[in-house]
Amino acid sequence: MTDELIAISILWGFIFIYAVMATMDFGAGFWSMVYMNRPQTKATKIANRYLSPTWEVTNVFIVAIVVAIVSFFPGATFMLGTILLIPGSIILLLLTIRSAFLVFSHVAPKYEKVLVYISGISGLLIPAFLISVLPITHGSFVETVNGVSRLRLDRLFTSPHEYAFIAFAITSTLFLSSLLLADYSNEANEIEAYTIYHRDALIIGPFALLSSILIMVTMRNEARWLYDGMMARWPWLVASVILFLLAGGALFLPSWKRKNGRGMPRLAVVAIVLQYFCASYAYGKAHLPYMIYPNMTIESGFTHPNTFRALFATYIVGFAILFPGFIYFWRLFMKDRRYVANDEK
Amino acid sequence: MDHVLTARTLFGTTMAFHIIFATLGVGIPFMILLAELLYQKTKDSDYALMANRWTKALAILLGVAIPSGTIAGVQLSLLWPGFMEVIGKVMALPFQIEIYAFFVEALFLSIYVYAANRISPTMRIVSLTFVAIGAAASAILITNVHAFEGTPTGFRIENGQIVDVDPWKAFFNPSFAVTATHVVLSAYMTGAFTIASISAYKMLKNKHNERIQLFHKKALMLGLTVGGVFSLLTAINGHESAQLLHEYQPEKLAAAEGLFETQSHAPLVIGGFTDRETQTVKWGIEIPWLLSFLAGNRFDTIVVGLNDFPEEWWPPLFVHTLFNAMVGIGMFLLLLSIVGFIWHRIRKQHIFPNWFMWTVVTAGPLALLGIEFGWIFACTGRQPWVIYRMMTTAEAVTQSTNLGTLFLLFTSIYVFLLVAVVLVLRSYFRRHPIEQHLPTHM
Repeated sequence: MTDELIAISILWGFIFIYAVMATMDFGAGFWSMVYMNRPQTKATKIANRYLSPTWEVTNVFIVAIVVAIVSFFPGATFMLGTILLIPGSIILLLLTIRSAFLVFSHVAPKYEKVLVYISGISGLLIPAFLISVLPITHGSFVETVNGVSRLRLDRLFTSPHEYAFIAFAITSTLFLSSLLLADYSNEANEIEAYTIYHRDALIIGPFALLSSILIMVTMRNEARWLYDGMMARWPWLVASVILFLLAGGALFLPSWKRKNGRGMPRLAVVAIVLQYFCASYAYGKAHLPYMIYPNMTIESGFTHPNTFRALFATYIVGFAILFPGFIYFWRLFMKDRRYVANDEK
Repeated sequence: MDHVLTARTLFGTTMAFHIIFATLGVGIPFMILLAELLYQKTKDSDYALMANRWTKALAILLGVAIPSGTIAGVQLSLLWPGFMEVIGKVMALPFQIEIYAFFVEALFLSIYVYAANRISPTMRIVSLTFVAIGAAASAILITNVHAFEGTPTGFRIENGQIVDVDPWKAFFNPSFAVTATHVVLSAYMTGAFTIASISAYKMLKNKHNERIQLFHKKALMLGLTVGGVFSLLTAINGHESAQLLHEYQPEKLAAAEGLFETQSHAPLVIGGFTDRETQTVKWGIEIPWLLSFLAGNRFDTIVVGLNDFPEEWWPPLFVHTLFNAMVGIGMFLLLLSIVGFIWHRIRKQHIFPNWFMWTVVTAGPLALLGIEFGWIFACTGRQPWVIYRMMTTAEAVTQSTNLGTLFLLFTSIYVFLLVAVVLVLRSYFRRHPIEQHLPTHM
């Protein structure tokens, strides 16, 4: 494996972890808005209990991604920074408002309703803008005149490909988060909340799959090189569909937890995360060696080899130190029944 | 406004906003940690209550510090892609290590805030220590990038290519230690004075409730003591920072002091405004020989003046005023702590007079202003360079236009968040007044 491949794999790993954590985070905000007026179900409480301790950690990942791009691929930074100025700024503004209000709504119940609406709506908008970075890297929306690259927003927002991605981002956000919250409420023995999120997951799942097919269909016209690359890796795509069906099945299986209960949400969550893993692997592999088609490859934008080696060393040391922290965090908030099932103090 | 200036204004506004929360995000956890430790030592539950209430405030402040820091980090790449290209190749380490510090802080802050009632007192102290370490480490590492901009090492630019890269040499660039120390010490000082300000204000507002007075008195004394110690340390370290400028960025020191002619026995000019035409500082107070002594510990130290440099390398001359304002505030706060110490310890007076209390109320905001002046001085004083003698700010700026609209958008968000933070803090502490939690016995 070359240095460039190691670097892009680490970057891809961060993006994947962030994508999963962030969809859950954003989706939870949305669900907490939807079920705000149904206090008897506790669906909102469940969403909030998951959200409160995790958003800060999730937010770190987005910074980690930016830093990984800058430090591993400084050459690409120049171009990405230039073309992403507008979408990047929009994302930043939305993220800022959302995180601030997420915190505020917990300490100032007086404003809670407004705050929950803001975090809920931005919870759908942010993924839509974030995912737009992907079609932008496909190249056809970037125009280079006299060596100055520019993003053609008009072309981007009239492209069906972009809208397929946006649909995919929104449905995935809702799908993954409702699945995770189903699992979380199952863990907390909140039957009513579980029923709601279980139902939501079943409704949205097929739409998520549909929008991913839509991405492939539009890609065929707009980014043929990528389409061909992905199709050449068809076993990954097939595996992804099989995992999706497996997750669907898991939601219908009888529960091992409760008599007459339905669904094994934990299995479904694992299957769906694996599904996204397979699909994004096929996408990422087909995308190589281009970071931005056709101008920027992972080789041309790569950092200085000495810097790469130093960075790589800190990755190993850094995550070795952090790992116990993550485990402790996970046990406190995801596994500890006292927290998961706790009704506010 | 020209393109570079617009970009600088946008980024400067982001930093000016972020630095308020970032500084408090470093300073307040340190105060919480001290309060927790005092509680474990004295078993006085007032200190536990302080830690608890400050943590609530900290969580709200971090709700702005974290996203605004995210903006600052991403905006670096969006507005200064040329700069970040060099940073990525040479100076990526501090950014990367900062991520780990950021992770440590986020993980343990969530643990301390949301799991406080489920973990042991030892784990609470451990979590808090990690939060304080993570916050300070983030500040140190990001400051390191700033230090590198002033004293770049570990690479050369040959025919536009970056060669001979030594990332660790760049990491340990000459001004790293002194500059990072300055930032951390002044953040601890600011956190402490902010606490002192609030406590003093609360004491003035609750004159007739002795129990509340007592609680805030303890917080006030803690704030003043820590603030005093760290303002002294900041001053000593600030002196080293100035000597560093003398050695590595002489034109920055010359602009800070309004010195045009190279000379030994150079005077220190306090106050006034630098005038480009007459090459003097107008209305300043001149102390003979002192600048030479401060720069090199000897009166015959030769201090380089601005005229030794081409005029296009001169930093804007108003940095003299910023520099004076920063030092002035630092000195004033140091004096304030000394007066408080004398009053309390030597005159054995346990009640401070009103004029003193009102002066303490201004200490927190003043400390923050000092931080702002210091940063604006540090970054404006480096102009026209983004990396000293290696890359100009104009070379680093984005090629995208329309920054004006973005500037308006971001600025309105900052104003809005500033107002929202104040409202939320007020709303929270109004609903949870201290009386609810104070044990009645003394």
